[in-house]
Amino acid sequence: MSKPKFAMYWAASCGGCEIAVLNIHEKILDVDANFDVVFWPVAMDAKYKDVEAMEDGSILLTLWNGGIRNDENEHIAHLLRRKSKILVAFGSCACEGCIPGLANFSPIKEMVDTAFTTLTTDNPDNLRPQTSYTMPEGIITIPTLYPVLRTLDQVVDVDYYMPGCPPESHQIAAVIDLVVQVLQGKAELPPKGATIGAGNSTVCDECPRKRNVKTIKEFGRIQLMHADPELCLLEQGIPCNGPATRSGCNARCPSAGAQCIGCYGPAEGVVDYGARLISAFASVIDSNKPDEIDKILDGLVDPAGQFYRFNLAGSLLRSSKSAQKG
Amino acid sequence: MTEETKPFEPVIIGFTCNWCSYRAADMAGTARMKYAPNVRLIRLMCSGRLDPTFVFKAIAGGADAVLISGCHPGDCHYVEQNYKAMRRFQLMQRVLTQLGVEPGRLKLLWASAAEGQMFANEINKFVEEVRALGPLNWSQPGERVSTPIMEEVTA
Repeated sequence: MSKPKFAMYWAASCGGCEIAVLNIHEKILDVDANFDVVFWPVAMDAKYKDVEAMEDGSILLTLWNGGIRNDENEHIAHLLRRKSKILVAFGSCACEGCIPGLANFSPIKEMVDTAFTTLTTDNPDNLRPQTSYTMPEGIITIPTLYPVLRTLDQVVDVDYYMPGCPPESHQIAAVIDLVVQVLQGKAELPPKGATIGAGNSTVCDECPRKRNVKTIKEFGRIQLMHADPELCLLEQGIPCNGPATRSGCNARCPSAGAQCIGCYGPAEGVVDYGARLISAFASVIDSNKPDEIDKILDGLVDPAGQFYRFNLAGSLLRSSKSAQKG
Repeated sequence: MTEETKPFEPVIIGFTCNWCSYRAADMAGTARMKYAPNVRLIRLMCSGRLDPTFVFKAIAGGADAVLISGCHPGDCHYVEQNYKAMRRFQLMQRVLTQLGVEPGRLKLLWASAAEGQMFANEINKFVEEVRALGPLNWSQPGERVSTPIMEEVTA
């Protein structure tokens, strides 16, 4: 009997999700033992036409990381959706846009200018990539950028969501274990649309720090202050995204002395991640005077960036007005 | 009149609290005060119940502006929840500004149950302010976003 087929693809992402998959160490051998890896551009050579030649629904499991930033991403999303039985939005980019989704704050021209003209780029002739170029051998093309980045489920139907930037390796290993058990008939798949490889609560729930009553008179930046190592960071005025973020990472950052930045995405039941944080932060500000509240809020240097660092493309508003205009 | 020549009529979603501001609106109604019909009021038990999600959802769903209304400071039926609404309002203003929504599209209005006339006047004023700002037209899911525009950038 031939083994079920496995695919992994990256769209607008950094490649960290692939590293996270390799970080499961010897468990990766389970993937090889149980699956026939048919398509995984970062790990093996494969051509799109090979995938196109496959029968629809013939890939059992596809892990998709990355957002939809250009027409190539979108084309492959539709293609892999057609070829896959189970399509998993793997990692924060595919689930909610993540860091590439932050470009949704700016018009596309600004994004391209930043990429091709700022100090870190050596581009003396101020060139920009052309989507098509005529060579003696013929016309060559590169993918065309879209005005905003979209999440995978804004483009195709998604079966499961696996959050994290990147997903924690122990969570990936647990999901692979589950899939293997399902293949052996020892377990059942969760209902479609479920979030897998994560908890159902918030980071605060897993956080070992001590919590009292939160009253904030001043927001501060963690690098500029001596934070108490045992006390809740938010109570100390350090913007920590734990209250709205899904559990599953064992509160890694707050345990190590850094604030949660929200890479596991919205907790169960949270519709708009940023809105939940606005609600949480505003609730604990200790002032009833508009002027004083404004002064306290000045301590949050970039509130939209703080609240939507991983979630802008997946939020209710999805992008800024200027990005929509292109 | 065709769609093109009709004056712009803003769609405003208004959140009122059960104890003061909704009663102010009720009073304006029973006293037959006339005011602009552009605000669709939604009654909450308290302005402190206002989840910022409601505001973002209204905007994403096509509203041109949002009104948040509650009891005057010190008068909240639930002691201090209107202060919470105020803090959320101020933080929301900042976030929405970064997203390109003009601050004038989000208004906080305190109104007691006796202030029907004031409530009606403030709504009239707000509708005119939003009319001056023009339609917000927040992109709907899937709309516009798949138009490749790299050509314009490279040109």
